Amino acid sequence: MNKINLDTYAPNTWCPGCGNFAIMNAVKLVIAQLSAEGLPLEDIVLVSGIGCHGKIVDYINVNSFYSIHGRATPVAEGIKLAKPGLKVICFAGDGDAYGEGIEHLIFAAKRNIDITMVIHNNRVYGLTTGQYTPTSPLGFKGRSTPRGTVEPPINPLELMLASGATYLARGTSHGIELLKKIFKEAILHKGFSLVDVLQVCVTYFNMYEYYNKHVYELKDNNLQDFNQALNKIREWDYNHEAPIALGVFYRKEFPAFEDNFIKDRPGQADRESKISEFLNKNI
Amino acid sequence: MDELSILIGGRAGFGIDRAGGIIGRLLNRMGYHIYIYRDYPSIIRGGHTFSIIRASKNRIASHRDKIDVILALNQDTLDFHKKRLNEGCFFIFDSEQVKPQMGPNCGLGLPLGKLLKEELAPEIMRNTCIIGALTKAIGADFGILEDTLKKELAKDLDLNLKVARRGFDAARELFNFEPLQQKSLPFLTGNQALALGLIKGGLNAYISYPMTPSSPILHYLAEIGDDFGLDVIHPESEISVILMALGYAYAGKKVAVGTSGGGFCLMTEGLSLAGMAELPVVVILGQRPGPSTGLPTYSAQSDLHFALNAGQGEFARFVVAPGDAEEAYYWSAASMNISWKYQIPGIILTDKNLGEGIFNFDLMLAGEIKEEGPVLWNGESTYKRYSAAKNGVSPLAFAPSKDAVIKVNSYEHDESGITTEEPQQTKMMQEKRLRKEKYLALDLENFNTVKVHAEKESETALLCWGSNKGVCVEAARRLGLRAVQPVVLNPFGAKQFQEALAGVKKLILVENNATGQLMRLIGGYGFKVDKQIFKYDGRPFSLEELEEEVKGAIK
Ligand SMILES: Cc1ncc(C[n+]2csc(CCOP(=O)(O)OP(=O)(O)O)c2C)c(N)n1
Ligand code: SF4
Repeated sequence: MNKINLDTYAPNTWCPGCGNFAIMNAVKLVIAQLSAEGLPLEDIVLVSGIGCHGKIVDYINVNSFYSIHGRATPVAEGIKLAKPGLKVICFAGDGDAYGEGIEHLIFAAKRNIDITMVIHNNRVYGLTTGQYTPTSPLGFKGRSTPRGTVEPPINPLELMLASGATYLARGTSHGIELLKKIFKEAILHKGFSLVDVLQVCVTYFNMYEYYNKHVYELKDNNLQDFNQALNKIREWDYNHEAPIALGVFYRKEFPAFEDNFIKDRPGQADRESKISEFLNKNI
Repeated sequence: MDELSILIGGRAGFGIDRAGGIIGRLLNRMGYHIYIYRDYPSIIRGGHTFSIIRASKNRIASHRDKIDVILALNQDTLDFHKKRLNEGCFFIFDSEQVKPQMGPNCGLGLPLGKLLKEELAPEIMRNTCIIGALTKAIGADFGILEDTLKKELAKDLDLNLKVARRGFDAARELFNFEPLQQKSLPFLTGNQALALGLIKGGLNAYISYPMTPSSPILHYLAEIGDDFGLDVIHPESEISVILMALGYAYAGKKVAVGTSGGGFCLMTEGLSLAGMAELPVVVILGQRPGPSTGLPTYSAQSDLHFALNAGQGEFARFVVAPGDAEEAYYWSAASMNISWKYQIPGIILTDKNLGEGIFNFDLMLAGEIKEEGPVLWNGESTYKRYSAAKNGVSPLAFAPSKDAVIKVNSYEHDESGITTEEPQQTKMMQEKRLRKEKYLALDLENFNTVKVHAEKESETALLCWGSNKGVCVEAARRLGLRAVQPVVLNPFGAKQFQEALAGVKKLILVENNATGQLMRLIGGYGFKVDKQIFKYDGRPFSLEELEEEVKGAIK
């Protein structure tokens, strides 16, 4: 493999054992691979939200936009629309994208805009020290819910499927080989792709053992079959004990937003005369 | 007659707005300067809608209370505007709908329904019919109306022409309003002028979520965008609007967004991000009476301090308030240039009176706009997105850019754009960002940021900003006073302002708000006003109304 250096001088401040390392390492390997296969590094832009996960862009020496809480998605969309040739990979937390920014995610999926969302779903707020998130299980005792939450979690993949996402997958921070495979596929998928990563926060919600016991890898599922995908996605509802499927749930070819949207962009040169033309029409 | 004011009124859904535009164009074709004030409630059908079309030999940008001709499509129009009737005012009405309570000489009643029925025309064409009558009443040729309608109406032109002819034939000449031997100027809403100015400033993308009074900019750019290769996007919310816009700016595309107060509330987090990440974006902020939803279709100047202070933290910004169509064009182009030159957000304050008012537009008067490209990376040493510079402006590079890793960051960061919490770096970066505003202020000394109008030597001055310009300048001219108009509100040109006030003994403030927002701003620079004239009922000052108030203030 090509020996490109994707490191930066930023000191890594994630807790030892944090699941974010696996995501970062997998992404770096995929980027290196894509670059070896001919994708120019400068064509890649990483976007992140705010939370422990957001620091990932500091640690990878590639173009990046470190955005704000909940708003990584529209930034990624703007970059993609402005320069459709760029590969835009967007990292967000579960509090970030499934909570504060859920509206944007639904619309990005609806538009089928060609960006890749990697959700660091540790099912807890890491950076603000341990509050519940939209995917924390019912009864989760966080710092803002000391007697346990009274609302059940949402199933983000079900929501994304309903919203029109055309690539949906799940991985865990204990499965870097699988992460590499789905990240690469998701990045190369034309259209909106989302990978929900069960990223374990060792400090506030250590689920390593639980996940190790329950996960299995999807095999031979029909990726084009919406109903099959829905059933598989519903098998585990982020709440009750059930087998947890990993891998790709759904993949569909569908025109991406920018394909219908981007037109020829004439140069600046004849703007002046066109403005005059418009003015004259208005006499 | 040097000028003429026509009021046309009816219920929302009668096509009053359209009719006002046609009348304006008709008079414009006769060589007059035009200004149209449009008044409509925030309902789709019903309520009372009217437009005042004023034509004058001179440049104008205000309406008068004194009306010469009222066109009434319903009884309300007469009842609501009776106070405007005076001697010499004519009244053309639908005799099937309106009972006039005035002398026979004054009115001209036409059975519009009957005329339409005979032509098998739909009810909506009553407005065309009454415009036909108006044309005859002011002694104009039918040919002028015919040309106007041909240009204005793509749909049902023939039927409209027939209906207009019926109105024309059924009316009689009331007076003779002579055409002027003068070239007609283009005819634009303030919003259209803003939109064209953005294009002139190099706009690549316009992103907006509908909100009165700036939605027409979105509609207009969506309509004409293909001609200029623009991306015009209406996403899910204003939050999305500004964040998408920052994505565009990161990628090197010139972008503007438009909204009103409520939407701007949602944009403030993105505005702060623009400040921290040093991303250029132009925001058009259409003020309306608030707080909250307020009066959606009326006007105010009550978001100046919001614009000056929106967003957390301290960062440089450019805030400008154009006063008419030429200034709207000029300053939206200039805002785009300034925003890119300094990598800061620029806010254009407008309101319904400016945005939806219709003006003559004289490109010659708008002023020369220098194209100033952003400072770009020369490709030599290692790229640092936030490299420290004397004036705070770091050279830009855009992805994809070989050999440059471009990192922007909402978090405090070092020169390379990597997060830092180190005190020295924090201080250095904060100072770098603020420095830009100081250099911008110097730069602005080459612009006409504070304008002086009318009687420039008068010791009494009216102080106004934004859409009040038109009415203040005209009132000042008639009363022999000076009018002073700061156009750029941040960075505020205190020196230019001081010069504009040289010799002034009495300063009379005119604002469309209840607390004196400009007064508070200049107060911070040690300037005081002597009298205050506020109007905050959502309606603009009419010329007579302001004159009365000013006379009271001078006494
Ligand atoms: C608008 C806004 N609200 C709140 C915060 C504070 N905040 C920072 S990170 C965070 C939650 C992070 O949780 P998550 O998105 O799950 O990411 P993680 O830290 O777990 O990676 C919050 C609420 C913020 N930065 N901005
Ligand atoms: S708090 Fe949790 S998510 Fe954040 S770095 Fe530590 S382990 Fe990772």
